[in-house]
Amino acid sequence: MTTPNSGRVDPAALLPSATPIRFVAEDGTPAEQSGDYAEPALETLREAYRLMVLGRRFDAQATALTKQGRLAVYPSSTGQEACQIAAALALNPADWLFPTYRDSMALIARGIAPGEVLTLLRGDGHCGYQPDQVRTAPQCTPLATQALHATGLAHALHRRGEHAVTLALIGDGATSEGDFHEALNFAGVFGAPVVFLVQNNGYAISVPLDKQTAAPSLAYKGIGYGVRAEQVDGNDAVAMLSVLSAAVERARTDGGPMLIEAHTYRMDAHTNADDATRYRDAAEVERWRAADPMRRLETHLRNRNALSDKDIESFADEAEEFAATVRGVMNTEPQLDPLTLFDHVYAEPTRDLLTQRARLAAELDAVEA
Amino acid sequence: MSPITMARALNAALRDALKDDEKVLVFGEDVGTLGGVFRVTDGLTADFGEDRCFDTPLAESGIVGFAVGMAMGGFRPVVEMQFDAFAYPAFEQITSHVAKLRNRTRGALSLPMVIRVPYAGGIGGVEHHCDSSEIYYTHTPGLRVLTPGTAQDAYDLLRDAIDSPDPVVFLEPKNRYWSTEDVSFARKGAPADRAVIRRPGRDVTLVAYGPMLGTALETAEAATAEGWDVEVVDLRSLAPFDEETVAESVCRTGRAVVVHEAAGFGGYGAEVVARLTERCFHHLHAPVLRVTGLDIPYPPPKLEQYQRPDVDRILDTIARLQWQDQPVVSGA
Repeated sequence: MTTPNSGRVDPAALLPSATPIRFVAEDGTPAEQSGDYAEPALETLREAYRLMVLGRRFDAQATALTKQGRLAVYPSSTGQEACQIAAALALNPADWLFPTYRDSMALIARGIAPGEVLTLLRGDGHCGYQPDQVRTAPQCTPLATQALHATGLAHALHRRGEHAVTLALIGDGATSEGDFHEALNFAGVFGAPVVFLVQNNGYAISVPLDKQTAAPSLAYKGIGYGVRAEQVDGNDAVAMLSVLSAAVERARTDGGPMLIEAHTYRMDAHTNADDATRYRDAAEVERWRAADPMRRLETHLRNRNALSDKDIESFADEAEEFAATVRGVMNTEPQLDPLTLFDHVYAEPTRDLLTQRARLAAELDAVEA
Repeated sequence: MSPITMARALNAALRDALKDDEKVLVFGEDVGTLGGVFRVTDGLTADFGEDRCFDTPLAESGIVGFAVGMAMGGFRPVVEMQFDAFAYPAFEQITSHVAKLRNRTRGALSLPMVIRVPYAGGIGGVEHHCDSSEIYYTHTPGLRVLTPGTAQDAYDLLRDAIDSPDPVVFLEPKNRYWSTEDVSFARKGAPADRAVIRRPGRDVTLVAYGPMLGTALETAEAATAEGWDVEVVDLRSLAPFDEETVAESVCRTGRAVVVHEAAGFGGYGAEVVARLTERCFHHLHAPVLRVTGLDIPYPPPKLEQYQRPDVDRILDTIARLQWQDQPVVSGA
């Protein structure tokens, strides 16, 4: 006979709030839907704003470079700045971030150099940075698979007595993948200190959310696994920072995993290769433009006298300089050595790989001769 | 030394690895209290505690993906897939992450982990319990694939697999779990990536591994009655393939048959035959032939005898190696 787990935890405590947590309304005025969450310090919000300006400029620059053929592909995240910047800011350097291919802004905010962030999308390598140095996993393409890695690593860190957590970035489409569910289940069973942040931008390439799930909202996927969940206005940086920081600190102090759904919107197409007008209308995009996360935070900070014209000008200048740096890096062709293809397949190359390496070296010599 | 089964030898290997390195963890479905459905992890939780050997939720992709994270965090996970065909949900994790993480990160991250898979048939298992899945793994660069054919190798190769800096898919032939032999724990076996000659012979080389090693050795004994002195090479490591040892044997005997239980089409034997043809062409007295499983989904228990290569089928194939210059009849 099996016994139910009821009594282990109050089911109601696992449910998200009925409406998304929101500190700041679309017009920048207080929203009063903040639940029990505390507003982050103004200094943190100013830093978030600076990084959002930087991130959006980076995104525009990367998109432009892709049109010039400098990148193989670029998935834009304009519109999702609040989610990505908050994800980076909620973590300590000792914590681990597990990003997807769309999370370039989070990587920039984590302090990773732009050339290293764009290595994957330029096609020079699969990961430009040293994941162990910056405690950031390679950008993950197979959907939701990284959620399991984040769970396993969180459990490993916990067992080693490191007070570090992991944060996995996930898209709305990926919540339909089996690995998303297996990750939540493992995280619940092992009480792993991992935060799952679902950036629900409304579309998985072209498929809208109502064709993805019949759940009341994606945050309701937590309760089935005994994982506490919350839903947040993903275009409200104040709410994102508040809820994510609370989840991270809760995980850090043995509070277990948490699932957070951020309601946001991808303003551009899936990638430069996509045509979003085929599946969503202009009116919808315009409605979301009114919910712009940057202007909202800007108004909020101005209302608090925490942001001046001079600040805004200085952040914009910094972003322009950053964009120039990005252009400089991306307009320099790196020297790629084909013979390094055989490195790091195994700890030591196998006999077969050494043979193939010698053959390729001979081919290259013949071409040069 | 006392005679033990392959299952006990594997258990001893896990036990010694847990003892020698506190980073080693054993986990999977039913591996804890029960000790695994084949009892390979018997007693490990009792002796080493639930921290070192533990049950997980029933989700193979979850187990492997979780192990990836644990390995990133400095542990050496040894996970069990309960049966060959039950491992398929983990295929994406294995091929897209386990095999590639070192390469994707230019060596910054490595995954020293072992995925143990009880595999192949011969035990009367019902549907989905008897797949020969080696080729899925051997075709994936970044994985090492080992399969022991003896209890001694079960101990030695599993220890080597756990020590390996590379991820290893460790295929345990189910039909050999209860085969018994004297096993030394001194770790004096051949290197893990080398094939070994199990039985020397002059006339023909039988190339076999894992589930078919026993059948190959029986065939070699039976062949003496036909006047053939058969050499048996046990591959042990399917990836990488030890071409030197196998080619040396075949160039010497001039004839070869590759035996495996997996389906023949696009199978491991095709690679072995291709390489032997390239390396030994001028030494061969006959084409290299294969004895493989049929190209059918694994049959039900009462028909599996027709699927698996047996002594007669291998002897018949040896007989077709142009001993009197008669032409080979094509087709298996």
